Amino acid sequence: MPVFSFNDTLLLATVLFSVGLAGVLVRRNMIFMLMSLDIMLNAAALVFVGAGARWHDAAGQVMFLLILALAAVETAVGLAIILCLHARGRPTLDADTGNLLQG
Amino acid sequence: MHALALLAASVTVIGATMVITRKVAVHAVLYLVATMLGLAALLVMLGGSFAAMLEIIIYAGAIMVLFVFVIMMLNLGQPDSAREKEWLRPHVWLGPGVLAAIICAELLYCIVPLSDSVPSVVPITAHDVGLSLFGRYVLMVELASFLLLAGLVAAFHIGRNRVEDR
Repeated sequence: MPVFSFNDTLLLATVLFSVGLAGVLVRRNMIFMLMSLDIMLNAAALVFVGAGARWHDAAGQVMFLLILALAAVETAVGLAIILCLHARGRPTLDADTGNLLQG
Repeated sequence: MHALALLAASVTVIGATMVITRKVAVHAVLYLVATMLGLAALLVMLGGSFAAMLEIIIYAGAIMVLFVFVIMMLNLGQPDSAREKEWLRPHVWLGPGVLAAIICAELLYCIVPLSDSVPSVVPITAHDVGLSLFGRYVLMVELASFLLLAGLVAAFHIGRNRVEDR
């Protein structure tokens, strides 16, 4: 009997993903939106590792590595965009103020 | 579900909930680190110790440091000394500290060899992951390297424009 059944893993990942999705939908600060995206990526990675443990296949952790690379790139580019917007003299980090595609 | 797994799962979910409800970004980063630690404990219990190690080193180490650097560079408003005094007050680090202490207690409980209560799962070691990664999935490694290169170039380009415009 494993510590964690696959159903439990799926349930926890669903809860975690919902928390991240709620963060993206509710918060308007761009740093908080990036953190919520990271929580959602973590939930997806947890499903991959849980499925790899369920069928005892190393492919789940291979996918975990790729998700890790994806999260690193996403965070780096997103934070660079935030720094760029802040350096242009934008007073807040509100994501809804940047909807005109003008400098 | 085992009690240790339940504890780590609740630490993860509570940390994630606290992340999206904080007002100050630094507090959210601290809670996010605690969330990553809880998730790493869960990954160990699922048999993915290699994945848990990478989770701690890369997520809780590298990516969170990126967040902290950017929050420091944004420098939103307050003078430095007041902000540092604000960060060192206990109510800032008490919650994430408690969550991380729960994970640490689980670790200490599990490395004591007398406590044989944790049922063993068959682990997938780094050897298996490496064989699979550079065997069947070597093309995806190449694609991930392209992605990392693209991210590097994009971040450099965006940052360089900022310097020129000022």
